[in-house]
Amino acid sequence: MLAVENLCKHFGGLQAVHNCSFSVAEGTITGLIGPNGAGKTTTFNMIAGELPPTSGKILFEGQDIAGLPTHEMFHRGIVRTFQIPHELAQMTVLENLMLVPPAQPGERLWSNWFSRASVRSREKSVMEQAEDALEFLSIYHLRDELAGNLSGGQKKLLELGRTMMTNAKLVLLDEPGAGVNPTLVLKIRDMILRLKEERGYTFCLIEHDMDMIGALCDPVIVMAEGAVLMEGSMDEVRSDPRVLDAYLGGEAA
Amino acid sequence: MDALYGYSLYFISLLTMGGIYAVLCLGLNVQWGFAGLFNAGIGGFFAIGAYVTALLTTAPSARHIGGFEINTLVAYGLSMLAAGLVAWGVGKVCLRLRSDYLAIATIGAAEVVRLIFKNETDYTNGPRGVSAIPKPFETLPEPWNHIAFLVIVLIAVAIAFWALQIAQRAPWGRVMTAIRENEPAVRAAGKDVEQFRMEGFVLGAMLMGLAGAFMAQYLKFVDPNLSDPLTATFLVWVMLVVGGSANNKGAVIGAVLIWTLWSASEIVTGRLPDEWAVRTAYARIFLIGLMLQVFLQKYPLGIFPEQRPRPPRSSRESA
Repeated sequence: MLAVENLCKHFGGLQAVHNCSFSVAEGTITGLIGPNGAGKTTTFNMIAGELPPTSGKILFEGQDIAGLPTHEMFHRGIVRTFQIPHELAQMTVLENLMLVPPAQPGERLWSNWFSRASVRSREKSVMEQAEDALEFLSIYHLRDELAGNLSGGQKKLLELGRTMMTNAKLVLLDEPGAGVNPTLVLKIRDMILRLKEERGYTFCLIEHDMDMIGALCDPVIVMAEGAVLMEGSMDEVRSDPRVLDAYLGGEAA
Repeated sequence: MDALYGYSLYFISLLTMGGIYAVLCLGLNVQWGFAGLFNAGIGGFFAIGAYVTALLTTAPSARHIGGFEINTLVAYGLSMLAAGLVAWGVGKVCLRLRSDYLAIATIGAAEVVRLIFKNETDYTNGPRGVSAIPKPFETLPEPWNHIAFLVIVLIAVAIAFWALQIAQRAPWGRVMTAIRENEPAVRAAGKDVEQFRMEGFVLGAMLMGLAGAFMAQYLKFVDPNLSDPLTATFLVWVMLVVGGSANNKGAVIGAVLIWTLWSASEIVTGRLPDEWAVRTAYARIFLIGLMLQVFLQKYPLGIFPEQRPRPPRSSRESA
């Protein structure tokens, strides 16, 4: 579904991502791990269109999409969440979700003034969709709360909720379990599995929690120093000396 | 009785100018309050609207192009269109700039507009301006001519207010608020942020153009000083900030309130002793600055702070 070929991102002299190639097969939950600074989030930012690559290709469903703007990626079905939650703090939880669905008639000024019935009926269905998502995430009671008042874990859930308001095919999750208490991590794990089953999303997820990676991901891709170090099942990754070396540094191995 | 009649005329003119400024201020509210775009060249769009109406509605004259004598309503539309088109062009180049750079760029654009009107003497009569601009209903007996024009301005304020209230509560306004809150999140939600910014910038400029058209008719005269940064740009900012940014009611009330104070300050400074006369212009500016301070100390978010629409009622029993 997604194939990254020789992707590079250089910031001045820093080679954040260098000749990185991997692919994500449809229907999988592909894990992306690696030490801090390995270039995982930078790779995500390029796939999601937030950063133009320095060079290389990003093939999505056979088409090279490298360098397209974020909203183009979104409309092709690539949706991402953020490592640090990007909630709209002064808007309600419900509004945070209602913002997301694409091509709402009410986003066109003209329609709001001259075809209000269509705007109103879509608003109603978007609201129901958002309420469904809130029930799925079991945060319906926070519907009218300002998103800025949520706890860290609840904001993570809201990030996940945003992906449910789209026609996503590929969902990029950037550390969905970081800074979340262990019980909630288990819940988020279940939700990811359910979204895969019920909605047919393909996931690619960055995570440092190896239990979560082990429980969800196959295959697992290990990145180090801007490139792919290896790829395989979690067991293969665990037993590969190069991975240990990358995480702990050369001398320790 | 005569004094009372004089006061009434003053009151009508106060409301008319307040209404024209309310349209300007609503335009700035779309740009700054909704879209977060720092336009420091309001006077440019205002002057474009004024000149378009001036040149298109006047009788033939040897001093400037014209003689089209077109219908007032069409002139309003074309004034808005012209200001909107220029805003689109400026926006294409400048909207990617961050706030402070955008401010500088819009100051520049307004200055370019002023210099064009000033120096293209064959078309605009240069610094001597365009006079004898027809004003709707001016043939009615006094005071009905003034009242009729006031009514036109008030209708425009009402329509603009209504349209912006709807836009702000609609999904369009939701996207606008979200862009100010967290731009990357809105991009990740698949919205074309540049497109929305552009819509806000152009819509705001169109309202400023309409205000310019009213001003041309009200004064029956335009010259390049119409884009004066003090009265056409700075004063509008004070109005919006005092009234309440991102609040349409705040924009309208701020405009009328500050215009009243500005106008009244002339009465006060006019009574100062003669040796102070040369300084009165500066004293008024000082008073406006002082007023801005006082209001902001008391109402840091403006008299009417931004209000998000109430959450829609739930379609289901609380879970």
